[in-house]
Amino acid sequence: MMIIVDYGVGNLFSLKSSFGFVDAEARVSGDPEEILCADKIILPGVGAFGDAAKKLRDLGLDQALTAAAGRGTPLLGICLGMQLLFDKSYEYGEHPGLGLIPGSVRPIAEVIPSDLKIPHIGWNALHFDRRDCPLFADVREGDCVYFVHSYYAADCGSALVASAEYGAPLTAAVQRENVYGCQFHPEKSGQVGMKILRAFCDL
Amino acid sequence: MITKRIIPCLDVRDGRVVKGVNFQGLADVNSPVELARYYSDHGADELVFYDITASAEGRALFTDILVETASTVFIPLTVGGGINTVEDFDRVLKCGADKVSVNSGAIRNPDLVREAARRYGDQCVVLSADVKRVDGVFHVFAKGGREDTGMEAIGWIKRCVEMGAGEIVVNSIDTDGVKGGFDLEMLSAVCDAVSVPVIASGGAGGIQDFVTLFKTLPRVDAGLAASIFHFGEVRIPDLKDTLAENGIIVRR
Repeated sequence: MMIIVDYGVGNLFSLKSSFGFVDAEARVSGDPEEILCADKIILPGVGAFGDAAKKLRDLGLDQALTAAAGRGTPLLGICLGMQLLFDKSYEYGEHPGLGLIPGSVRPIAEVIPSDLKIPHIGWNALHFDRRDCPLFADVREGDCVYFVHSYYAADCGSALVASAEYGAPLTAAVQRENVYGCQFHPEKSGQVGMKILRAFCDL
Repeated sequence: MITKRIIPCLDVRDGRVVKGVNFQGLADVNSPVELARYYSDHGADELVFYDITASAEGRALFTDILVETASTVFIPLTVGGGINTVEDFDRVLKCGADKVSVNSGAIRNPDLVREAARRYGDQCVVLSADVKRVDGVFHVFAKGGREDTGMEAIGWIKRCVEMGAGEIVVNSIDTDGVKGGFDLEMLSAVCDAVSVPVIASGGAGGIQDFVTLFKTLPRVDAGLAASIFHFGEVRIPDLKDTLAENGIIVRR
């Protein structure tokens, strides 16, 4: 069973619907036991990093997620869910993440020209840094996906899969073994987004 | 770079999409769910569902239509009309809306913008402003454009952005339904005043009006229209082809 992790952050309606649309069954759960037994795991999230990381810890989900990832369960983090996969974030202070992917989450404002609007919101093109990530097998260079974020993942090293250009290259997708992350919202990215979700289901 | 967005607006009443000229003389056009799916399949970057009668008659939004749409259409969905409380935000967000647009509700209670932004994030709160010139001054209108609030519009929009509105829809009542082009003067004044995304609404009569909009005002992020899309006068793929030929970056 695929589990969408529910830890009281954000709206899971579209995400759950989008898996129904690609003919996959996904269950919403905040139970660490279910996450440990899941075939696949989706970690969603909107809002502030510090609050979200604390909620994961308070519910015992941080340990369930790292244990499941450690034993090879495919895990996909979306938006803030992707940022939580990293070592740490500098959003309003410094907060530890799950440490499943090396790198840190930093303000976009540090790297883009000051005349560009923040958040980075809207449709932007994917530029691939490597083409071996199975989630993007059916996605072309330059295909657009939908972003809403004010922080970005820096120093991802070899985990970097794709970037979006917004005055500077911003990390759009990452992968390290069975751990995947999308800064954009595949569940809001039309046909391209559905291809990515379907590919995750087919792993 | 980020693309310019093309947004069809579906004005919904009694479960049907309607579009009036200058907000009067409404006529049934199509099913909202079908139309939303069609637009999503044909290149719309985002959709707006607007319950145009809600603020006047206190009618509840048609959340079943929203649920059905959000279950089959996977592009950003903004919902407006009759949003007066944080509970109204909650109700439509739970039914699949990504952003919520406030208009009369914010005029009655400006704290609504602040409260909603604090709870759901700025990116979730869209201020929709119906604006019309009164003796040469931009005034904010309430209740679907029927009531002059007497408030100066640019100051009102700035105040809402300071309180947390993450995006502004500027709907010019002066140009709405006239199909003579967007209200460039009004939009320019708003772009000068705020740094959040600005969506132009009211006046699109054809493809060239969008080209003029984005060429003249590169700071405008999106163009919104209803009847020219609903009646098939402008096909979004054709519109995007022309925009791209004119050097405007769009998603295709």
